[in-house]
Amino acid sequence: MILFEWLLDPANWSGPYGAPTLIWQHVVYTLAALLLASAIAVPIGLYVGHTRRGEFVIAGAANVLRALPSLGLIVLLVILFAPVFASDLAFIVPSLVVLILLAVPPIMTGTYSGVANANRAAVDAARGMGFTPLQVLLRVEIPCALPLIFSGLRGATLQVISTATIAAYVSLGGLGRLIIDGRAQNDYSQMAAGAILVALLALVVDLLIEFVAFATVSRGLTRRGTNRFSTVRRLLKPNRS
Amino acid sequence: MFKPTVAGAFALSLLAFSSLSATADPLSGTSGNASGSATVTVGSADFPESQLLATIYAKALQAKGMDVATRLNIGSREVYIPALLDGSIDLLPEYSGALLSYLNKESTAHAPDEVLEALKEALPDGVTILEASDAQNSDMLAVTRETAEKYGLETIGDIAPVGGEIVVGAAPEWRTRHEGLVGLNEVYGIDFKSMKPLDVGGPLTLSALVNGQVQAANLFSTDPAIAANDLVVLKDDKNLFSAQNIVPLIAEAKLTDDISSTLDAVSEALTTEDLVEMNGRLAQHEGYDAVAEDWLTENGLN
Repeated sequence: MILFEWLLDPANWSGPYGAPTLIWQHVVYTLAALLLASAIAVPIGLYVGHTRRGEFVIAGAANVLRALPSLGLIVLLVILFAPVFASDLAFIVPSLVVLILLAVPPIMTGTYSGVANANRAAVDAARGMGFTPLQVLLRVEIPCALPLIFSGLRGATLQVISTATIAAYVSLGGLGRLIIDGRAQNDYSQMAAGAILVALLALVVDLLIEFVAFATVSRGLTRRGTNRFSTVRRLLKPNRS
Repeated sequence: MFKPTVAGAFALSLLAFSSLSATADPLSGTSGNASGSATVTVGSADFPESQLLATIYAKALQAKGMDVATRLNIGSREVYIPALLDGSIDLLPEYSGALLSYLNKESTAHAPDEVLEALKEALPDGVTILEASDAQNSDMLAVTRETAEKYGLETIGDIAPVGGEIVVGAAPEWRTRHEGLVGLNEVYGIDFKSMKPLDVGGPLTLSALVNGQVQAANLFSTDPAIAANDLVVLKDDKNLFSAQNIVPLIAEAKLTDDISSTLDAVSEALTTEDLVEMNGRLAQHEGYDAVAEDWLTENGLN
């Protein structure tokens, strides 16, 4: 099977061009881009969602950013940044910028719409109880917004994992190395290995986020708790209820 | 530069369609040639230098009163060689080493004469090559003037003792190719600090070399950027990189003494420096016709 030839060769599982190194680099690029993108997108989304100011601006900005062609942008940025950094930063910075620009729109719009659509009754009740605006945001709006924030993050993560392959186009590592080198060397089993590993990585990371979302989203929103844990608890201590 | 492309395949399918619509009998093989054996159809690959050379051939033949049609920008070698064999085109500018490795992947010939000798044996029936030009567009290793002076580099071999300090930029296939890192190690004993996989002698490689992300880079000898950026080309004194002399490839059925003497004169006059200069003009968006005509006039060939 030519499809799995590369993956099954033990020589490809060690060294600077081995699968573990490339997967690790890919994960590092992805994490760095997502952290930086979240640092930008989440505060903006929270602010706009909470105050309802600037909704037009972020909707427009998100759409414009989504239209950027990543491959063209990365080459342009490398050529622009090359005279600025003598080191590998000339390749790293453009790659991160491209991935961040890709990840910001889904995270920003997810956060914004989650906060903006938090249950009005809950928000009003919190105000009525004398919560400060910050308390309303932290204790009511963000917990209510978590499912949509996570869904934005999941979308962004999938896009970043698949697009991080273009870092290899500008000489960096990651799983794109297999796809780009495989194509240049006319080695289809190497290309297939790259594609398979990217897809697997995306699935695994997506499941991880799903798990974190499951663990952190309030049971009052998902209505899971009433069915499972509290029922179990009631059954164990029947005299309490 | 010598890769199969979707555009090439598309161009060929367009060609196929246009030749179908031009005749009543779609099954007659050489129908595209505007009929009659007197017309010579000049084709070219899908990159500027090849189109320019094809334009020069076409104009030189026209100047001698021959009937010439052109079909430029066809695609990669995988597309235009079959087109030459089936008579859709009759004449092409080619690169000796690249054509040889397309026809015979096992060939080990590297020096210009060896390559031409091996090429003549490898050619399929019905096509032949004429006199090769001294002009070449070959792989080479370039460094900045500053790097060359710092380490005293003149030949590729001079890198061997300082290889540990030099990062080389090249196309991704260089890592595993004999005419790349493998050969540089085997033939010249060079161990580079690392290799950065970039593009095929394109803007990324040039930018990385000029701005110091890499200290040596794989460029092509007719690239006008070499002179423009005052780069130093290291001498390949052990002939690691195949010779890539420019040579007309022609269908034997169309070959006449007039054609061969005309094209021999073109090959004789053409130099690598001419190509560098003409590629520079093409990069400034000048047309193929104007650049080709100027060169023919300078050399008294039209």
